[in-house]
Amino acid sequence: MSGLIRRTARPGIVPVVAVEAVDKVFNPGKVNQVDALAGISLSVAPGEFVSLIGPSGCGKSTLLRLIADLSQPTAGTIRINNKTAHQARLDLDYGMAFQHAGLFDWRTVRRNVELPLELRGWDRSKRSERAAEMLSLVKLSDFASHYPWELSGGMQQRVAIARALAMDPPLLLMDEPFGALDEMTREHMQAELIRICSATGKTTIFVTHSIPEAVYLSNRVVVMSPRPGRITKVVDVALDTRSDEARQSAAFFAKITEVREALRAVERVDERVDERVDAVVDVGLGLEDR
Amino acid sequence: MNKLRSRRLRALLLPLAWGVFFLGAWEGLVRWRNIKPFLLPAPTAIWRELWKDKDRLFDNRQKTLFLTAARSTATNALAGLLIGIAVAVLAAMVAQRFSVVRDILKPISAAFNTMPIVALGPVFYNMLGATSDAARRVVVAMVAFFPVFVNLVSGLTQVDPVHQELMRSYAASDSAFLRKVRIPNALPFLMTGIRIAASLAVIAAVVVEYFGGKQNGLGARVASAMKLSQTPKAWGYIGVAILTGLAFYVSGLVLEALVLPWQTKRKLSDI
Repeated sequence: MSGLIRRTARPGIVPVVAVEAVDKVFNPGKVNQVDALAGISLSVAPGEFVSLIGPSGCGKSTLLRLIADLSQPTAGTIRINNKTAHQARLDLDYGMAFQHAGLFDWRTVRRNVELPLELRGWDRSKRSERAAEMLSLVKLSDFASHYPWELSGGMQQRVAIARALAMDPPLLLMDEPFGALDEMTREHMQAELIRICSATGKTTIFVTHSIPEAVYLSNRVVVMSPRPGRITKVVDVALDTRSDEARQSAAFFAKITEVREALRAVERVDERVDERVDAVVDVGLGLEDR
Repeated sequence: MNKLRSRRLRALLLPLAWGVFFLGAWEGLVRWRNIKPFLLPAPTAIWRELWKDKDRLFDNRQKTLFLTAARSTATNALAGLLIGIAVAVLAAMVAQRFSVVRDILKPISAAFNTMPIVALGPVFYNMLGATSDAARRVVVAMVAFFPVFVNLVSGLTQVDPVHQELMRSYAASDSAFLRKVRIPNALPFLMTGIRIAASLAVIAAVVVEYFGGKQNGLGARVASAMKLSQTPKAWGYIGVAILTGLAFYVSGLVLEALVLPWQTKRKLSDI
């Protein structure tokens, strides 16, 4: 396991995620047609941490779901480690964490982490060995035999991250995993995530609403605009350290300003905030799942 | 810790004290107003009737009244309950798999539930014979079916969307999804259904006896004791019926606690 985070995408290296000219249309040809994504191209290098940020309805979660093969693009291609997204899902090439930890009430913390291993037919001793390893990584070893309801929101989210890492996938997909946490817990979790990612050398794609969160965590911040969702700007962030002091540094604030201005530009193009589109996108997702 | 213990003690003592007070007031009222036993017997008079069963129990020439009647009714209730649960579980498993079946069965079972099923007792006595317990067990099974079926279908179909996405991201098969998510997710619903059905089963087993059939159960004995103006005895059977219902309910609770350890731990920590 590499201890290095590579700061930028380097040419000549096979990207972990390659998204090319992807469009996504929900309910095509119907009254409630929604153009969720248009002409999205994005390439993520090994070890890179990339955040997707943008206003509600800009399709950032949709893009993540396409990469995860939980939904299929209308046009364009997505390749993960040079495989189709579908094959990558079958091969467990990524681990996923959601805004809601989504732990199973009826399983202890340890058995929650073991679930993906169980599905792959690992035997009991190997499973519990790996689960113990993952729980120590997220510093929850003492809570292995607790049930999820006994844990705070931040701890539950750490279990979800441990679970996402259990199969040791090269790629982590995170959909606003800290969105429901309070500010203090959130900053703590961000520091933990940085530590875990650098310890395991994972490539990470992270969806968030929070500008400081995106800047603090990422090598690159991808700014998106809504209706249809497009990538309007990619901000390279190269913070030297990720200590608490880094949050007070001039470089940090400069990058926050840069991302904020990119988001403002998005708003100027599209003044009207249309919540309805969000609703339709949600409905679209729901329908597709059935 | 002390506070906790005193709270638990309170939770136990308060209803107990109330029960003792209630029985005392009842006894006092009967004695003070000199109420005739055929109208309202005193608790002590009812207790004397019940206590006679102890002597009968150890006397080979006599059969117990209350215990025999309770055994007969409880057996019918248990048999009907188990049949009802089994059929409900099978139906729910089919319903969760095929939405057509779900759409057919849900309104039908809702309609079923509004029906006073025990009133079908005479019909089933006619069909299945008044001298067997079959008719009673069928009625109990029908009563028990509904809460189990409806709850279980809800539990099997109401899966957290995050869990669905997660299992898809693991490329989990349908059968793995059923075993690892759907069924454990439905267990609390199933246990709620069984708990409700357990109480209803005893009620149905007692009441259906009022409509005919053999004269061996608690319900039949209440009816015949009342006809003979043996009111204290009738109250004794009613008391035993209440205890039988309680026993079923508590068994349901214990079963629930055993099947759902994660909830039990939480409930115990809440007391």
